[in-house]
Amino acid sequence: MSRVHDMGGRFGDGPVVPDAEGAPVFAADWHARALAVTLACGSLGQWNIDTSRHARERLSPKDYARFSYYEKWISALTDLLVEKDVLTLDDLAGDGGACAVHPLADRRLSAAQVQGVLASGGPADRAGGPAPLFQMGQKVRTRHPGGNAMVAGGHTRLPAYATGAVGVIERLHGRHVLPDSAAHDLGEAPEPLYAVRFAASELWAQTEHPRDEVVLDLWESYLSLEDR
Amino acid sequence: MLNKWWTERARLRQHRFMPHDHSDHPHALLPPEPALRVKALETILRDKGLIDPAALEEIIDTYQNKIGPQNGARVVAKAWLDDGFRAALMQDATSVVRDLGFYGRQGEHMVVVENTPDRHNMVVCTLCSCYPWPLLGIPPGWYKSDAYRARAVREPRKVLAEFGMTLPDSTAVRVWDSTAEVRYLVLPMRPEGTEGMDEDALAALVTRDSMIGTGLAHVPKGAAT
Repeated sequence: MSRVHDMGGRFGDGPVVPDAEGAPVFAADWHARALAVTLACGSLGQWNIDTSRHARERLSPKDYARFSYYEKWISALTDLLVEKDVLTLDDLAGDGGACAVHPLADRRLSAAQVQGVLASGGPADRAGGPAPLFQMGQKVRTRHPGGNAMVAGGHTRLPAYATGAVGVIERLHGRHVLPDSAAHDLGEAPEPLYAVRFAASELWAQTEHPRDEVVLDLWESYLSLEDR
Repeated sequence: MLNKWWTERARLRQHRFMPHDHSDHPHALLPPEPALRVKALETILRDKGLIDPAALEEIIDTYQNKIGPQNGARVVAKAWLDDGFRAALMQDATSVVRDLGFYGRQGEHMVVVENTPDRHNMVVCTLCSCYPWPLLGIPPGWYKSDAYRARAVREPRKVLAEFGMTLPDSTAVRVWDSTAEVRYLVLPMRPEGTEGMDEDALAALVTRDSMIGTGLAHVPKGAAT
C-alpha cells in the first residue's frame, strides 16, 4: 500500500553521517542547477507543491532507492514536464523541432522576479470553513489502513508508521490545503491541520526511553476521536 | 552504457506515455549521468524559452550566499536576550520572523519549539526533506539521507549519538516529523558562560544542527563547563 519514500521507522539504513557545519551548500554544481531548474519550472504554474512531491514519490522504487537526492528531483521534474504537456517525449529525445514560441514562454521566471517569488512563498493555509472538530488535549486515532482515500496509490502525508495509532492533539495550525486532494488536481479541499503527539511506545515495538514522543502534522480526515 | 541508453530511448519513444505511475520513465530519455541529465533538461527548457539562465543564477546565488543558518541563529540569539521576543516567537513564530525579513518559500508557517533540561526537540521529514529554508537555507546531505529519515523517529537517541550527543535520562526526546507545510525550528538552550554577551556574539554560538535538534549551541571558549 505504501510507497518507497514512506521510510519512517525502517530498519537497515546504517548510520547517519553528519557533514561539517561549514560544508558547501551544494556538493556539486549540478545540484545547484537541479534545484534552480526545478524552482524555475514551478513558476510556469502547471502544478502545485503536492503534485511535485508526488512526482518524486512515483519514481519506481528501484530508481528512488538508487538515485541521489537531486537525481530524484531532476528525474521527477522531467516526468512531470511531459505529463503536464510542457515538453514532449520528442523534445527530450532531442528532435522536438524548433517551435515558434512555446505557449508558456510568457510565464518564464525572470531574474528580476526571483527575489519576489522566493520571498512571497506559497502559504498553504486557507481562511474560513467549519470549526475544527478536535480540541487541544483530546485523544485521537489515526486512520488505518492509511493511504490516499480517494486515489489508489495517491499522495498522502500520513506515514505508514503512524496509521492506527492513538495520540493527543498538541496544537491546531488552522485550515490547510489537503495534499491528498491537491496533488491530484481534485481541488484544495482545505481541512483543519493538527500537530498530534504520540508516545514512542504507541508507534514502535521497542523504544529507547519511556517518555520519548513523536509529533506529526495531520489533517482532520486522517483522524477520529478516541473515546476510551 | 551509452548503447543501453540509446536502446531504452528508442523503446520509450515507441510507447505511449502512461499518465499515472512513471511506468515509461520519460526521464530515461535524458542522459543517465546526473550532471548531464540536468544540463540536457536545462538546455531543452532554455531553447524553448521556458527558463532564463539569469534567473537560475539568481536562485543559486540566493541559497548559496544569502539565505542560510545565520538567519536562524539571529532569531535564536534574540530569543536568548529578550524574554518578550521569546514569548512572541513561541506564540506566533511566522509573524515574528516575517518582521525580521525571514519569511519566504518553505517557511510560510513557522513553529519554534524550545529545548529545556526536561525535553529535547529534534526535527525530521520522514516522507521527503521539508526544512525551514528562510531560516536555515538548503538542508544538509545527512538531513535528506535515508538513514536520518528512517531512523530519527524510531531511535532518536542512537541517531543523536552519531552526532556525538548523549542526553541524560531525565531529558525526554520529542521528534517532530514535518508532514505538512508547517516548518519547525528548535530553540536550543543558551549555553553556560554567555552572560553579558551581545546578540552578535551569541548568534556566533548557534549552530545549524542545534536548530534542527541534532546538536547543541557552542559553549564560548574559555567558559567553565
